[in-house]
Amino acid sequence: MATVNTKEIRKQFGDVVAVDGISLAASDGEFLVLLGPSGCGKTTLLRIISGLEKPTSGEVLIDGQVVNDLPPRARGIAMVFQSYGLYPHLTVWNNIAFPLKTQGVRRDEIKRKVEWASSLLGINRLAQRRPRQLSGGERQRVALARALVRDPTVFLLDEPLSNLDAKLRASARSELKQFQRTVRTATIYVTHDQVEAMGMGDRIAVIDHGKLRQVGTPAEIYDNPADEFVATFLGTPPMNLVERDGGSMGFRPENFLPKELLNGTPVVEFPFRIERIEYLGSEHILYGALDGRVAKREVTAKLPAHATLNGISPGAWHEFAVRETELRYFNRDGRRTGRP
Amino acid sequence: MLRLAKKLGGEAAFYAAVITLVVFAAFPFYWMLITTFKADGDLYNLKSTPYWFNTAPTLEHIKYLFSDTLFVQWLMNSALIGLCVVAITLLVALPAGYSLARMPGRGAETLGIGIFLTYLVPPTLLFLPLSRVVTQLGLQDSLWSLVVIYPTFTIPFCTWLLMGFFKSVPREIEEAAIVDGCTVMGAFVKTVLPLSLPAILTVVIFAFTLTMQEFVYALTFISSSEEKPVTLGVATDLIRGDVFYWGELMGAALIASIPVAIAYNLFLDRFIGGITGGAVK
Amino acid sequence: MTTIAFDAPRPKTRFLLDRAELVGPLFIAPAIIYVFVLVALPFCLAIYYSVSAYTIFDPNYRFVGLKNFVDVTHSEIFRRTLVNTLVFTIGAQIIGLLLGKIGAMLLMQEFHGRGIARALVVLPWAVPISLATIAWLWMFDSLYSVINWTLIAAGLIDAANRPQWLGQEDLAMIAVVVVHAWRLFPFGVVIFLAGFTSVPQDVLDAATVDGAGFWRRNYQIILPIIAPIVLIALIFGTVFTFTDLSVVYLLTKGGPINSTQVLGTYAFQVGILSGDVAHGAAICLFLFPFLLIAVILLLRSLRRREI
Repeated sequence: MATVNTKEIRKQFGDVVAVDGISLAASDGEFLVLLGPSGCGKTTLLRIISGLEKPTSGEVLIDGQVVNDLPPRARGIAMVFQSYGLYPHLTVWNNIAFPLKTQGVRRDEIKRKVEWASSLLGINRLAQRRPRQLSGGERQRVALARALVRDPTVFLLDEPLSNLDAKLRASARSELKQFQRTVRTATIYVTHDQVEAMGMGDRIAVIDHGKLRQVGTPAEIYDNPADEFVATFLGTPPMNLVERDGGSMGFRPENFLPKELLNGTPVVEFPFRIERIEYLGSEHILYGALDGRVAKREVTAKLPAHATLNGISPGAWHEFAVRETELRYFNRDGRRTGRP
Repeated sequence: MLRLAKKLGGEAAFYAAVITLVVFAAFPFYWMLITTFKADGDLYNLKSTPYWFNTAPTLEHIKYLFSDTLFVQWLMNSALIGLCVVAITLLVALPAGYSLARMPGRGAETLGIGIFLTYLVPPTLLFLPLSRVVTQLGLQDSLWSLVVIYPTFTIPFCTWLLMGFFKSVPREIEEAAIVDGCTVMGAFVKTVLPLSLPAILTVVIFAFTLTMQEFVYALTFISSSEEKPVTLGVATDLIRGDVFYWGELMGAALIASIPVAIAYNLFLDRFIGGITGGAVK
Repeated sequence: MTTIAFDAPRPKTRFLLDRAELVGPLFIAPAIIYVFVLVALPFCLAIYYSVSAYTIFDPNYRFVGLKNFVDVTHSEIFRRTLVNTLVFTIGAQIIGLLLGKIGAMLLMQEFHGRGIARALVVLPWAVPISLATIAWLWMFDSLYSVINWTLIAAGLIDAANRPQWLGQEDLAMIAVVVVHAWRLFPFGVVIFLAGFTSVPQDVLDAATVDGAGFWRRNYQIILPIIAPIVLIALIFGTVFTFTDLSVVYLLTKGGPINSTQVLGTYAFQVGILSGDVAHGAAICLFLFPFLLIAVILLLRSLRRREI
């Protein structure tokens, strides 16, 4: 039985359809990521699950029970917001204690729980500080502690890393994942950053324009995208798409290699004219065009740094190839098909 | 079903509260309006319903106001005073606000708050010594006394408003102008001022409405009817002996109130931003 | 082509207006001078007069020490005035604040006609105080008061016993307090509205998720967060009310029998109407300690916002 279930959730704001019939399930202990570009409806969906918004139609179930008519505090959820939503006028200790106070928990019990949550997140020494005196990472930990004390059935996180600067993000990311592994509570995490999604999610739900495109493990989504959107949304640089028979054929830049490096396996060959090369330290990105084939954008190839670039230079043609098993085919609607 | 009734009941209560509040706020103005156009016979009749016209509405009060009283003169006085005070305020507050916004160090903060605080000093504290000053300057009983005195409360607030605004203008623009050959003053005049038109407009409206609303200094310094601004003239001169000419009084009050009310409404958000804005990051 | 003048001797005055250290003080000087001459100096003048025996009829300066202050505090009327001023200020502030908060909570909701409602609610604050007060004067008229008419028509009052709103002692105070509260509350509405909208939505959502219902959200979360802004507005409002002259002067002139006399009107009566500048100044100066407290509070709450 899934911990959180959404059945055909639909949300309309006037004429605008923000969420268009999404059905999802998150199991106990799972880290489910809702991934998609800005405005795709993922945050709206999260808010509907939390109870801060009401769906136009569809049901939300938590632990098997329909919760559509329940307010957020009765749903057994805890939420961490993009800017954390810490109470600026309360100390860290009181911030964490607040949800317990609203439930009328006894004072000694409040003390016990707040200290437990603070210890878990390593913020005991911050107890008497105010939010404005904390760093971004510390604020995240306070927000998590506040979410934790309620012993929720599910954590809902709305892009909590997007307000941190880049350096901090990586460490905050692993801290979050560690945290979730420790508490083993089902977590639904919203982000537009596909690197975050791939790194943290047990499963990823890719959403675009209010519709669910695909749900699966990072590997499934990356290696077997259900449509062109998923294929190009994940991966940097995105999957190359080349027109073929009314539909398209796709291959990832890291699979697009000089022919001589792919000896021994069945390949499809593409003459590739390189326009420019970016050296990124750990890899080379080659930008160019294919002979006789129309591609939607510049074709890219990603070569590891140690690969030698004999005869590969801007303006030159070179024989590149892709293993047949790495090719993906899409029909004219953008949906994935088998090999024609 | 019960939920629907609860919801409707809640909405009814909400609208009732709103209407009560609005009526409380606006009724005196409705009363002004009605009184202005009511014939004397209808107005001074205890038997008739006061809330609406019982005889046909009339323009006689308005006509009397414009022909037989100094109302027009007072309006012109107020306008003249307003214009002059706005000019003085702009001349003094613009550079002051700019200087405070660009001044390095915490001195600016302190000076800014200091100037702002003078806005709190009430006319009822200063009117007595100022009346002596005005007499010494030979400006007693003249509207020019008001032109000199009114900026004492418009300048502090407008400086504070402008300081907050200028702080939000990026320095790069002036610095570019300086590199391109302007002096500091030149950069201010040529680049910052044109960008500040919304703030300047706010200051103009604010100074003008503050001037139009003032009463205490006018009451203290001016006694001749021809020199009175409209807020004073209406309050003191439309009474002949002990008899209040209510129709004319209300008409005058109405006409004099309308421009200020409109201006205030349009610029309300900015004024509030000004009071809290200096303190809000 | 511009040349860089390395060789030509540069007169000291040439780059005067480029130097920020000069232009800065230059720009701010007029404001400081204006305020100093017309605010600080008169204030000192008030002190000067208050320790003299200066009247219009006898404008010789004679130092009399604190005699004027003693005279004033011994005056029955003055003590009544002080009490009135406090009652009047506190009463008007409380009502104004309450109405302001309620008004803001109502106007926060989306509803048809919200714009018009807001424009109408702002009117009492926007319109010149003397003109608005005159409208109330007419509404409180001894014979033709519309309030009395309504009460009589509703059967709540006997026509023979109609209340003289401005002629009876207690009623006069109520009338004055009501008019002041009426004038103040739109300011409160706007301040509270500004405060409410300044609370980040994330914090409100977090409170909802954490289980805070409507009242708890209001009093434990929103109010503490907007307290600084509200405090600043409260200080302003209190100073305006405490030092006001116009409402009382136009409605009752301090009567009946000094029951609505406030510091402002009393100072006017003594200092201007009676020409006794010395005693008038002494009365005015009673405003000062109050003002000082207000300023200190204001500074402290401004500082708190800064953090």
